[in-house]
Amino acid sequence: MKHREVSALSAIEISGLRKSFGALEVLRGIDLSVDSGEVVCVIGPSGSGKSTLLRCVNLLEVPTGGTIRVGGVEVTDPDCDIDGVRRRIGMVFQQFNLFGHLRVRENLTISQRRVLRRSRAEAQRIAAANLERVGLADKADAYPAQLSGGQQQRVAIARALAMDPQLMLFDEPTSALDPELVGEVLAVMRGLAADGMTMLVVTHEMAFAREVASRVVFMDGGVIVESGEPAQVFGAPRERRTAEFLHRVLEPTRVSESEIGAQPRAQHDG
Amino acid sequence: MTDGSVTDTNSPATTAPVIQEPGRRRLGRRRRERLVRAAGYAVFVLVVVGVAAAADWQRLADSFFRVDVARAMFPGAVTTALRNTIVYTLLAFAFGLVLGLVLALMRLSTIAPYRWFATAYIELFRGLPRLLVLFMVGYGIPQAFPDREIPGGVYGAVTLGLGATAAAYMAETIRAGIQAVPKGQTEAARSLGMSHGRAMVSIVLPQAFRIVIPPLTNEFVGLTKDTSLAYVLGVTASTIELTKFAGDALNSQVNPTPLVVAGLLYLAITLPLSQLVRWLERRAARER
Ligand SMILES: Nc1ncnc2c1ncn2[C@@H]1O[C@H](COP(=O)(O)OP(=O)(O)OP(=O)(O)O)[C@@H](O)[C@H]1O
Ligand SMILES: [Mg+2]
Repeated sequence: MKHREVSALSAIEISGLRKSFGALEVLRGIDLSVDSGEVVCVIGPSGSGKSTLLRCVNLLEVPTGGTIRVGGVEVTDPDCDIDGVRRRIGMVFQQFNLFGHLRVRENLTISQRRVLRRSRAEAQRIAAANLERVGLADKADAYPAQLSGGQQQRVAIARALAMDPQLMLFDEPTSALDPELVGEVLAVMRGLAADGMTMLVVTHEMAFAREVASRVVFMDGGVIVESGEPAQVFGAPRERRTAEFLHRVLEPTRVSESEIGAQPRAQHDG
Repeated sequence: MTDGSVTDTNSPATTAPVIQEPGRRRLGRRRRERLVRAAGYAVFVLVVVGVAAAADWQRLADSFFRVDVARAMFPGAVTTALRNTIVYTLLAFAFGLVLGLVLALMRLSTIAPYRWFATAYIELFRGLPRLLVLFMVGYGIPQAFPDREIPGGVYGAVTLGLGATAAAYMAETIRAGIQAVPKGQTEAARSLGMSHGRAMVSIVLPQAFRIVIPPLTNEFVGLTKDTSLAYVLGVTASTIELTKFAGDALNSQVNPTPLVVAGLLYLAITLPLSQLVRWLERRAARER
């Protein structure tokens, strides 16, 4: 991937990112930049390092090598105020991770109050506005356990939005949901994208990626194999590994027996 | 088991009789079980009735339930003895809880010396008898620091002596509670910009304490009973607790009724708490 000038427009700038867990090298040199307002969808097989990449961006995982800039700030610099950077990055998890002991409203206000030091009135006003935005204004007094998975995930998105992030990271936000609840979460994300939010989204929802993404990144084995416009990646993938992955994901019932046998060999070349 | 061996010895060809036979045997076993249960119950009733008949109820009432002896204990049994028992318990519990929380956090710290210290403390105090620790606090420390006094006199000594041991147990309980809170909770808090400490205080600890309230209540019940050891520190008329109070009354009245009174007063504290723990545990089980 070509190296760009660090500009005000560049939301994320990753270069030469490496991450190992012990002897296992999960990310093997990632270069990726995301411009402000861009929606980048990351796809790829299980274990390819997608979550790890996302978690490196807000330093939930500490990279072993390379640099990451978020909004021009180098987060991999040891002197970086990481809490300050995280404040500006919203993160949405596969398992929602709502605070179970707090009501929905308090889930949205606690970090506004404790981290941004907003007044109670302001925090509540912003919480209400963001619950409204995800269509859950009437659930402010509920506890997370009283909500469906789709509602919990929408609250989690509202919680991140309440911090006024410059950037949102989504790690398979719909993978833990019953199929009939996926749509409501994707609808909220679609709305965010339309409002110009910068988003880095790990997803298995190919239709969503095709429709919403400005760019699709295909990862396999800890490297970016291919990246481009959704129409190109989905319609005419340049790499064989991409094509095989898409074939497997988009038409799982048509994967033939011989292909399953051929899969591991196909992943090693290339 | 017997049924199993019977079916094992049968070949698949003789399926029909096999099904019938265990059926008949099960009926037989059920009748046998009913007989055994009835026999056990009969023995139990016989023993109870036998003891009741053999007991000299008048003597028993005169020994253990003398109204005049019981009446002579009041109001002191409540206003001084029970009150001190509760005060000792609360003080030792509060001290143990705070120290236990600190130890639990040290035990989970990334800083190795903190972990070592906490582990050493916990192992040490869990391995020592509470009475020995009380003696240490009551007599060892004053000898070692003759020009210093433990603040609060006997109250301070009991707090320290019982609280030090309670802290070791509570530390382990709280640590388990903290570890039972899913890692995703901390990750969500940190990704919202909370510091490690803030995430611990606002997100992890409230959920951890919800988990450990039942075991901590059990620790409270245990401490209530352990305050009976306070007498070894030489309590006075104003610092006396229930067991010593009852013991003194036993000596002066030459009658064991005070022991019954003290027992009932302990139960007045511990029984409701045990019920509370059961209720909390049932509720927690339902929520899961
Ligand atoms: N904390 C960790 N310690 C050790 N190994 C880890 C850790 N986190 C991830 N891994 C390993 O790193 C590899 C990549 O994991 P990662 O979660 O990034 O994959 P992924 O692409 O998100 O997969 P999935 O689609 O299943 O979520 C996997 O082999 C995983 O077992
Ligand atoms: Mg993942």
